[in-house]
Amino acid sequence: MRKISFEAIYVLWLREIKTFVRARSRIIGNIVQPFFFLAIFGVGFKSSMKFATPQMSGIDYMQFLVPGLIGMALLFSSMFAGLSILWDRQFGFLREIMVAPVSRLSLVLGRVAGGMTTTILQALSILLIAWLFGFRIKGGASFFLSLILMALIGIGFVGMGVAFASKMEDMHGFQIVMNFIIMPIFFLSGALFPLEGIPSWLGFLMYIDPLTYGVDGMRAVMLGISHFPLAVNFTVLIAFCIVMLTLGSYLFSKCEV
Amino acid sequence: MQAIQVLNLTKEFNGFKAVNDISFSVEEGEIFGLLGPNGAGKTTTIRILSTTLRPTKGKVKVWGYDVKTDPDDVRRSIGIVFQDQTLDDRLTGVENLDFHARLYGMDKKMRKKRIEQVLKLVGLWDKRNTLVKYYSGGMCRRLEIARGLMHYPKVLFLDEPTLGLDAQTRHTIWEHIKSLNQREKIAILLTTHYMDEADILCNRVGIIDRGKILVIDRPENLKNLVGKDIISMKLSSPEKMIKLVAGFDWVKKSELHDGLLYLKVTKGDEKIPLLVNLAQKNSINVELVNLRKPTLEDVFLHFTGRTIRQEEGSTRQRISMRLRSWRRR
Repeated sequence: MRKISFEAIYVLWLREIKTFVRARSRIIGNIVQPFFFLAIFGVGFKSSMKFATPQMSGIDYMQFLVPGLIGMALLFSSMFAGLSILWDRQFGFLREIMVAPVSRLSLVLGRVAGGMTTTILQALSILLIAWLFGFRIKGGASFFLSLILMALIGIGFVGMGVAFASKMEDMHGFQIVMNFIIMPIFFLSGALFPLEGIPSWLGFLMYIDPLTYGVDGMRAVMLGISHFPLAVNFTVLIAFCIVMLTLGSYLFSKCEV
Repeated sequence: MQAIQVLNLTKEFNGFKAVNDISFSVEEGEIFGLLGPNGAGKTTTIRILSTTLRPTKGKVKVWGYDVKTDPDDVRRSIGIVFQDQTLDDRLTGVENLDFHARLYGMDKKMRKKRIEQVLKLVGLWDKRNTLVKYYSGGMCRRLEIARGLMHYPKVLFLDEPTLGLDAQTRHTIWEHIKSLNQREKIAILLTTHYMDEADILCNRVGIIDRGKILVIDRPENLKNLVGKDIISMKLSSPEKMIKLVAGFDWVKKSELHDGLLYLKVTKGDEKIPLLVNLAQKNSINVELVNLRKPTLEDVFLHFTGRTIRQEEGSTRQRISMRLRSWRRR
């Protein structure tokens, strides 16, 4: 029961990829939203706004926004991947998975692996769109570091999604998670505005938001600007992943179908 | 060996006994049916046997493994077809089976061979690469049966296998269930609230109501238990026949209505040839013979005092109350 089955992880991952590729409307929806953000927000603010801090001189709003939008896409799609347990519960497929002679931990890891992969694919497609708008990453090494950051953000939030889905009985809770968890995490992450010079109560909320460290880390590796040292970003994200994976697996192992 | 052993099983939900001290066993290669109205405790029993619910009390062994202490061994030995659909309709038939086979750790060669085998068994080989969302209800159910068989289970659970399907599809599925029971030699535990289904498929039937098993026996025995068969005959001289059969102790009652002779007898099918022979020996012309056997509906009525349909409404309420009390937790 405790053993991890790689075959099970693989097949859950495979299912996620196959259904992802087949759901074209979902892919398009996930790309269109950041595209509008970039085309309207990015272009609009770029011409009228300049950052005051000397560290950020030479960075326009469009450049500043891209890592934030990637963070947004990562947050939304990985939370959805974790919460997709609700759909599986609704359509009965969860039972098929739960009666298999496979440890619950393998089931969670399989879902995390699948969710993380599709999430990164979406993040990369946004990077591509940003490239069309003139956004450039510094080099190969920073691209590689960005991938690691994306993976960490993905793993953490899929785990969080699994944890929430395990405690919910049906789809009704989805809107609550959407409005009270996902949206605040997005708005407080510094995806749209910098952490510098904000009131302390807001700063506190932003500091306890795990996505803040993800977005800040990506700004560090992609643009060379950041609020926290990169090591702090990595440390917080890794801790976040460990906590969410543990919590997600624990709650999932307790849930009955 | 016994495929399933259930001893004094009880399952409580917040003090409500969904299953109340039931015991039964299923032999190797047998088709055993749990017959009862909705909410009688059939699905709860299957969920305990398939390790997705833990028993409150009692001992449950499947293929020799205890569901409490060796749930993984139990899971490996069983196949399940759930009451509600549990396929991923964004995958094809083959992909659903392949997913299942990999979860059960089958290697590539075995997977390929077995997928072909089970898909042919349920007649879906031609549709193997179609997405499940384009399958009809009956095809989905057949695919689920095929999936339940993928990993060579020793025991197969079928929870209401033909619920909500049309008559023709039901007959097809019954044929598949019978043939796989013979070909694969596996024990099958099925639950149903359809009398005809239990009658046609099961070697033995347990009648379950309000969490209790009231009686277990072969369908024929159950029917013989509650009532006599009625043979109706159209004869050239029925009065003469009444006198002739009066001496047999297996004729419980004889009546003449509208020119037809009605005889209440035990084991009617064995008595038809006797009666026909008797008539011919005494040069009575037999124009028509009909036999009406009591159905399991009569059996259910006999043991519960209600028909299975009367029960539906009240149990629905009970279930929804139970669900509500779960949510409050």
